[in-house]
Parts: sequence; C-alpha cells; structure tokens
Amino acid sequence: MLVVSEVSAGYEDFRALFDVSLSVREGETVAIVGANGAGKSTLLRAVMGQVRLHAGSVHFCGVDISEMKTYDRVKLGISLVPEGRKIFPSLTVRENLFIGSFGKRPGPWSIERVVSIFPMLDRLLNRSAAKLSGGEQQAIAIGRALLSNPRLVLLDEVSLGLAPVVVKQLYNALPAISNQGTTAIVVEQDIHQALAVSDRVYCLLEGKVSLSGEASRVSTSEITTAYFGAAV
Amino acid sequence: MSWINALVQGVLLGGLYAIFATGLSLAFGVMRFVNLAHGDLAILAAYLVLSTASTMGVSHVVSLPLVVLLMAGLGYVGQRFVFNRTIGPDPLAGILCSFGIGVVVQNLLLARYTATDRYLDAGSIETSTIRINDSVSIGHFSLLTFVCAILLLGSLQIFLSRTSLGRAFRATADDPATAQLMGINDKRIYGFAMAIAFGTVGIAGFFLGARETFAPAAGPNQLLFGFEAVVIGGLGSLWGTLIGGIVLGVAQVFGNQLSVGWNLLAGHIVFLMVLAFRPNGLLGTGVRT
Amino acid sequence: MSRGSRIGTVGMTLIFVVLGFFPLYGSDRMQVTLVQVLTYLTLAIMWNLLAGYSGLVSVGQQGFIGIAAYSMFSMSELNSIDPFVSVPLSAMVCAAISIPVALLVFRLRGGYFAIGTWVVAEVFRLLTLEINVLGAGNVQSLTTKNAFSGYGLEVRKNLVFWSAWMLAIGATLTTIFVLRSRLGLALQAVRDDADGARGLGVDITRVRMIIWMIVAAWTGATGALIHINSATVTNRDAFSVASWTALVVFIVIIGGVGSTIGPYLGVGVYWIITEQLKQQNTWRFIVLGALAATMSVVSPKGIAGLIHRWKPFEIFPVTRRLEVGKE
Repeated sequence: MLVVSEVSAGYEDFRALFDVSLSVREGETVAIVGANGAGKSTLLRAVMGQVRLHAGSVHFCGVDISEMKTYDRVKLGISLVPEGRKIFPSLTVRENLFIGSFGKRPGPWSIERVVSIFPMLDRLLNRSAAKLSGGEQQAIAIGRALLSNPRLVLLDEVSLGLAPVVVKQLYNALPAISNQGTTAIVVEQDIHQALAVSDRVYCLLEGKVSLSGEASRVSTSEITTAYFGAAV
Repeated sequence: MSWINALVQGVLLGGLYAIFATGLSLAFGVMRFVNLAHGDLAILAAYLVLSTASTMGVSHVVSLPLVVLLMAGLGYVGQRFVFNRTIGPDPLAGILCSFGIGVVVQNLLLARYTATDRYLDAGSIETSTIRINDSVSIGHFSLLTFVCAILLLGSLQIFLSRTSLGRAFRATADDPATAQLMGINDKRIYGFAMAIAFGTVGIAGFFLGARETFAPAAGPNQLLFGFEAVVIGGLGSLWGTLIGGIVLGVAQVFGNQLSVGWNLLAGHIVFLMVLAFRPNGLLGTGVRT
Repeated sequence: MSRGSRIGTVGMTLIFVVLGFFPLYGSDRMQVTLVQVLTYLTLAIMWNLLAGYSGLVSVGQQGFIGIAAYSMFSMSELNSIDPFVSVPLSAMVCAAISIPVALLVFRLRGGYFAIGTWVVAEVFRLLTLEINVLGAGNVQSLTTKNAFSGYGLEVRKNLVFWSAWMLAIGATLTTIFVLRSRLGLALQAVRDDADGARGLGVDITRVRMIIWMIVAAWTGATGALIHINSATVTNRDAFSVASWTALVVFIVIIGGVGSTIGPYLGVGVYWIITEQLKQQNTWRFIVLGALAATMSVVSPKGIAGLIHRWKPFEIFPVTRRLEVGKE
C-alpha cells in the first residue's frame, strides 16, 4: 500500500533522513520507533508532503505521490495525526472533528463513531477546543484524522507528554481503528507501547533504518541495539 | 434636537464604513494580509458600475451585481496569482505590492475617466426619507445601506460558523499547515477570502458613489475609514467592525456639527484616542501575532 | 573591508565630489533636475532605513514633509529666520513631533502600522488647514521681501543645490554609521529573529524609536529644503502621499529594499522614467507603481536582489565579516 524507497529528506540546513526504505501492507499496523531526533517525525512528514524529498520516492497504492501537495495526499486517503496535536483553537470540538471530513471521502467514520471510541469527547462537543487537556486534545486530533476516512493513518507520538493512564485509554482505541480496515503507522519513543499494538516494527537510528521485523519476533536486545546504536 | 439627528445620521453612516471594513477585516483575519489598495478598489468598482451600465444600457442598480461578481473574480485571481506570492514571515512585500497596485488603479482611473466628479444613480430611493419629527428624518437610502451592512455581516457570520467552507476559513486562519492536513488547499481559501473582500468592497463602492460624488483620488480616504472602523471595533471581531463603523460615523457627523470641515478630523481623532486608551479596540480580545 | 566595498566606497566618494562642483560647470536645467534627484535619493535612503532595516513600513512620511514645510515657512517668512537655518530647525521640530506619533502608531503592526502612519499624516494635514496664519489651505509664498531678503536668485539656487547635496551625503553616511554601530547589530538581530533578539536583551522598541526619530528629522530637513526650492507651500502638495511617500516607496522597492545600494539604483530608474515621460505625471505613477508592484512579487529585494543573485557583493562597508586565520 505504502512504499517508501530510498528517501533522503530534511530541512534547509539539516538532513534528517538517509536512504530510508519502508513498506506497509493494507490492514497492517506498523510501528516506527527510535530515539529523540532519529528522524521518525520527518519520515511521516515526508510521507505527508510536508517535507521536500532530496532523493527517493513515495508510492501510495501504486501512485507516485512524491511531488503531490499535502492536501491532495489527504484526498487520496492518507491522514496524519501531527506531533503536538495541532488542534484549531478557534473551533469547537465538534468543528475540529468535522473539519476532518472536509474532503468528503466516503467511509465508515462519523462523529458518533469517533465518540464511541473516545467517550470522553461526548460531553465536550460544543466546547471550545483551546482549553482542553492534552489527552482530550489528542483524542480530537485522532478523531479528526479518522473523519477524513483514511486508508492509511499516521500517528505521530500520540503518548508524548501524557499521563500513562491517558496513553492507555488512547491506545485502547487502536484495535477499533484497524477493525475498520484502516492501515496505521504508529510512531513512538516508547518501545513497549509500540510493540504491543503493532504487527511489524521499524527502528530508526540517526536517520537510517537500523532494524525491521515482525513485532512478535524481535528480541529486546536486538531492538535496544537498534534503538541506541551499537556503542551501548 | 439637531444633535439627535446627527447621532442618527452618524449611526447610519457607520453602516457604510462597516461594509468597507468587512473586507479588510476578513483578509486580515484569514491570511494576515492588509490590502492598501482596498479604498482604490471601491472607487474602481464605482467606475465599473458607471461603465457597465452605460455600455449595456441598464441602470446602475442593475449593473451592481455584475460588478460585484467581476470584483470577486478579480479578487480571486489577484490573490492566487499575485498576493499569494508575497505571503511569508515578512509582511513587507504584500503591503508594498498592494500599495503599488492602489496607486496604479487610482492613476489608471484618472487617465481613463479624468478628475471630474461623478455619481451613481440609485433611483428615487436616494431622496426619499422617513420623517420622524421636525428635526429628525431618516433617508431611505442611508437606512438601506445600514441594513445591507447588517445583512452582509450576518451572512458572513453564518457562512463562517455554519458551512464547511467557512470552517475551512477559520481553520486556515488558525494554522494553514495543519489545515492542509485536513485536505484544505490554503492558497485556494486565501483566493476565496479575497474574492469576498473584493466583492464587499465593490458593494461599498456602489453605496459610496450613490451617497456622494466621487473622483479617482477618493480611494485612500475610504481605506483610512475602513481601517479605523476595524481598529476601533477591535481586530479580529466581525461585529466589532459595525460598532467601529458606527463610532466613526457618529464622530464624523458630530465633528461636522461642531464646525463645518471638522468631520474628517473628528473621526481621525476618535480613532487615535481609541488607539491610545483602548489599543485592542472596543470589542477586541487582543491582537494576535 | 572587502575589495568590492572598497571600490564602491572610492567610486561613490568620487561621484559625490565631482557632483559637489556641479554649479561651477553644469547647466542650469541639469542642476534643477539634480536637486530633485538628490532630494528623492535622500528620502529613499531614509525610508529604506525605516522599512528595510527596522521593519517600520510607514506610508505616512508625507506628514513630516508637510510639518517641515510649514515650520520652515513660519520661521523664515513669518519670523525672519534665515531659510537655510530653518532647515535643521525644522528637522528638530519633526524629530520632536515624531516621539508622540511613535507612542501611538507603534501599537500597530505590519500593514496596520502602515495605514496608522497615513492617518496621522492626514491629521497633521487637516490641523494645518485650521491654522489661519499658515494660510488655511491657500498657496503661501516665500517672498524676496521676507524669507529671501538678501539672497540673489543665483546664490539661492546654488545654496539649494549644495544643501540637497549635503543631505544626500549625510543620509548615506548616517546609514553606514547606523548599520555599523551597535544599533545596526541590534537591527540585524531583530531582523533575523525578533524573539531571539529580545532574549539577548535588545530593547526593540528603543532601537526602533531611535531610527524613527533619525528618519523623521532627515525627512523633515529634506521637506524644508524642497519647499525652499519651490518657494511655495500648499497644504495638499506639502502633505501629498503620492509625491512624498508613493514615489519614494517605489524607488526603494525597485532598487532594493533592505539593501544599501537599493535607493541609488531605484533613483536611477526613477530619473530615467521621469525623463522619458516628461510632464505626464499620471503615467509616471502608473509605470513606477506597476514596476514596484511587479518587483515586490518577482524580486522582493529589487534590482539589488537580482544583481546579488548573479554576483554577491556589498558596495558599502556595512556587512561585518568574521575573518579567521587571515595571513
């Protein structure tokens, strides 16, 4: 479904990804783990078109989307839950969710269904989104992404800055997402959390893929080496 | 009693300024863009009404919707092909580009229509009035302008809060990069916003031209009035522009009552006082940067 | 100092020296044109310092021109102060008035700041209309009986030229001095990263205030001189946004905003176009305005930016370079 081939990408004066290749099959949940600064978020942003590629290509369902605008990728069925949640502060919770369906892609997701997997949003729908807790905002960000009815959803550091009990709540919703047939890529710093929910895992180290394999088969020592580098 | 009449006339005049201010306010709200050609575009629209009416042999009122559509189209094209290219962290290029365009428009009008005063004909409504008592009477046309301002702001409010495109406007205003993640083409939204801004300034130009005579150089004053209405009302507040327009209108009419020719000065001074003592405007929540 | 800026400095000095002797060898007609070019150059250099280097995009500089014109008029024609002495005095008046103006308009940002300065200029225009001794909108002349008593026409013409010449040199030196001083470093820091500069303890408002006052003073001096040259003061012309702001802004955008060489290149283009279009004032505005609007989209740094893209150099010694291990 998603094929990233030999992608190099980065920012003006700093390159974050070197020859990264990765593929995701329909229906899978794939985890990307790595330390702070390993290039995980840049990889998602490259898939989304928010970072220009220096080299390599990104294909989605057989279409080369390397040069496509971000909003057109959304229309094709890719959606990103951005790092830092990026809720629209002047919109209400309901509007924040609703704006996800701007492209009118047909699919199973509706506000009711999002509320059913995140019950905490139910009583907040008419409130302004600006003054909510981090967990509530994260639920909105995920729900908003789902309302575009994506075939592939990218989740960037969902657990960042949240209390463990809240993280658990959010991760409990993941099976409900894949049950709808939605493919997911989960970026995480927390290895255990990531392995628990995913079918396969990629580990990034200093902008390169340092390990890939099935989540159930990789050993703790393997992944620790891939995560921190051989020197440790 | 004449003061009450002045108050009424000032409030109604505020409606006209609110229509001028709507477009400025919307463009600033959605894309942080201040169009210094705003006033000159109103005058352009007034001349376009004159010309389309005479070419097509219809009345000025009939040619107004056509000109509004034309202006909206011009706004969309201008934003997509010119102003969008000046968007960046530094507002300098956009400000100066629109300043240049304003001067060009003004002088092209001068070259085409000369400096002779012109006026638009809105029909018999222009002179008919409602007499309240001996000293207070309300002109039908001023009332129509005011009602139009309210309808315009009301429909804009409904558009922004109730429609999918309106939500996209607000989301893009908040954060264009994240709006793109929702499948929104931010540059296109900017185009639509400018289309609305140009359309409303076209309406403003018509009401101005039917109210008083105009010449090519009349634009900058209208820009200043619209801007003052926005700042007095409070940046980012839609209904604030109406309040701002009314305060400005009343100040001008009162000024004129004090001494003929003081209307402009009184309006500007009230604006400067608001800037000094209530820099966020009367309804404003604070300037977002 | 780099080789490029050494050549630039020597060349510029030579041009100004040769220009200084112009009344001794040049034609009268050319001298009149040069006064116009030199005054526009001065206004452009100052506006560039304001908008290009300090982020203060004012379109209300005509306010200072008008104030200076009327203060020069009241000093020299009404109070028998020598008109050329009234030039620096008018500059001081403008600097003083610029302080309360700044307190108000500095509350606005970007485009709203621009319109705010315009409103203030309008207020000054309307206020002078109310003052009867200043003619209340009628044409006021500097007469040989009062302001120009003791000045022959030839002497007056040459003094105007040399004053314009000195103002242009002064504006150039002021820019170089400001940009090389601590103030210039602060401006550079603000331009690169306003928040970062604040973190370093740069008081942005104070820095901007100083520049604002310098520019107001210099613009005022130029405005006073322009009206000594024309020997008349009219409300509408003295406070004209078209003449004293639009043309100046166009010159700077075309030449290159935020570049020291920009105003010189821009004034060259202005000169050529004005000469080509002779008396057609309307078309002068259309051509220069369209050129400026196009430039701000295509090359926001103007002609200087286009040149810089092709061959990077700085004509004046204002960029400091870290020279490491020079042998």
